[in-house]
Amino acid sequence: MSSPLLQVSSLVKHFELRKNTGIRKSKRIVQAVSDVSFTLERGHTLGIVGESGSGKTTVGRCLLRLIEPTSGSVIFDGNDLSGLDFEEMRILRRRMQIVFQDPFASLDPKMTVGASIAEPFTVQGISGNHDEKVAELLQLVGLASDHAKRFPHEFSGGQRQRIGIARALALEPDLIVLDEPVSALDVSIQAGIVNLFGDLQKRLGMSYVFIAHDLSVVRHIADEVAVMYLGKIVEIGAKDAVYDHPTHPYTKALLSAVPIANPTTERSRKRIMLEGDVPSPVNPPSGCRFRTRCWKAQALCETSEPALIVRPTGQMSACHFPES
Amino acid sequence: MAESVLSIRDLTVTFNTPVGPLTAVRGVDVDVRAGEIVGVVGESGSGKSVTFLAAMGLLPKRAHVTGSVVLDGQELIGASPKLLRSVRGRLLSMIFQDPLSALNPVHRVGDQIVEMLKAHQKMSQKTAFAKAIELLDIVGIPQPDERAKQYPHEFSGGMRQRVVIAMAIANNPKVLVADEPTTALDVTVQAQILEVVQRVQQTFGTAVVLITHDLGVIARVADRVNVMYAGRNVEKGSVASLFEHPSHPYTRGLLASLPQEGIERLQPISGFPPNMLAPPPGCGFAPRCPHAQQACSEVLPPLRGFLDLETACIRAEELSTEGAN
Repeated sequence: MSSPLLQVSSLVKHFELRKNTGIRKSKRIVQAVSDVSFTLERGHTLGIVGESGSGKTTVGRCLLRLIEPTSGSVIFDGNDLSGLDFEEMRILRRRMQIVFQDPFASLDPKMTVGASIAEPFTVQGISGNHDEKVAELLQLVGLASDHAKRFPHEFSGGQRQRIGIARALALEPDLIVLDEPVSALDVSIQAGIVNLFGDLQKRLGMSYVFIAHDLSVVRHIADEVAVMYLGKIVEIGAKDAVYDHPTHPYTKALLSAVPIANPTTERSRKRIMLEGDVPSPVNPPSGCRFRTRCWKAQALCETSEPALIVRPTGQMSACHFPES
Repeated sequence: MAESVLSIRDLTVTFNTPVGPLTAVRGVDVDVRAGEIVGVVGESGSGKSVTFLAAMGLLPKRAHVTGSVVLDGQELIGASPKLLRSVRGRLLSMIFQDPLSALNPVHRVGDQIVEMLKAHQKMSQKTAFAKAIELLDIVGIPQPDERAKQYPHEFSGGMRQRVVIAMAIANNPKVLVADEPTTALDVTVQAQILEVVQRVQQTFGTAVVLITHDLGVIARVADRVNVMYAGRNVEKGSVASLFEHPSHPYTRGLLASLPQEGIERLQPISGFPPNMLAPPPGCGFAPRCPHAQQACSEVLPPLRGFLDLETACIRAEELSTEGAN
């Protein structure tokens, strides 16, 4: 068996907040990502789910070194990214791409769609006429090839997202980080984009890291799922194990909070109501970070941080008192 | 059947835009009965928010509103600003997606609730403040007497939405309109806020209009539902019936496009919503509808009874017997 496409070990990202108000000078650290590790096989999709402040977007950006990790390693197809200089990284990015959430902000309004899609070729110094390739990419994402001459404002949100995807596909990457790619779209449009991701993966065989807060979309598209809470992975494993037999209380609560569009199921099932909000990542709770909202928390959870342990259903979770 | 506390009839809203008149709402009827939760669901641009902003008289002057909005026996369309001011916050309250924009950053939250109380009731400062604390307690804010003295920035997103709900229910309104109240919140916090909304409805008998794009939220809390598309009601009925046997192709399409367990491939609705500057002459959904015929793009289909729903589709019977999707 070949080595995994992506190997992330002990990834940490801290952001410094400087406060220089008056005579008080203090430095506070946002622990956005704390010790995150996972692997991604070729042709697979890893879903990363979590609420705001869970660090899921920061993980995605660290994978491409769009932001510099504080520590830890990201090994992409045998290359340790942290050891690469700017030029080496630029060349490697040909094989790693990202699609952002907001299809209105991620396209330059003054560039034609064709020029936007062809921009990666220029960045990577691939000369020649790319019209044919652009036309092919537009068709691949379900648009017409003559759309290349138009400008972003002529397209709807869903179409713009398709343009962003075409641009990400231009260099035939091995990995695409999809950062909330359908969150800004209406559900009827969202379905088409989700199908497109599936079709493209079947045809081209690339891997996805799919970052989302919508658990039902992730369930549809992912092979493996990582659930993040306050900068840490609390549960990770095969999709069916995580969704059907959640072992971390947070995963269980999260799944039960998502409304299901079926009044009979929705009203009969038991809901776990979490109290309060997610604590600040500036000063996360000691021990298990979820303990302040967990109905099972005991003294041990405050003093000792649980490690990720393999559970009988196959996934790993970090909890002293796992659900069974 | 309980009587409607809020009855919207043939509401039409036209905005004058630089590129011509845009009719965002085209003859919408909504009935809200005492103490029930009515869900209004639709995608961006379907007119769901504009309908209720118009009902509350909150639209700018360039909006031309016709039709009738009767609240507790009073006609609100064309009513004097004075009457509208006395109705808003007392009989009819509205909360929005972003709670921060509904709160004044430089006033303590307790004082903001007091202001709401004193606008409509004769009350001493002391009684009003005590009532404000009581309201904060009702919406589930811990240590309400301490929190009442704090400013909005000291609250989290979910707590701010609770404060806004406390303000909205301060004068025990007949109807609370909640416009995407949980869209900006995380899913675990959304669950808490929906619970607060349900508690308010059950405790005070407040009727709630819940505007949302999330069918799951409707399935969880609503009694009846109105589906809107391109400024029209396309289907309405009880939540149980609508999810059980949706009859309008748009409702069916919407439900079918949701990711569900065990579904291999999602079914998107092809195309996109019409440009409301030039809406299609017939059914607004016809250009995207897999079952559209010639007649569909000729006349606007009215809502009519079909099974136990009201559906604006001329082919509802045929499609139902064909078992079409």
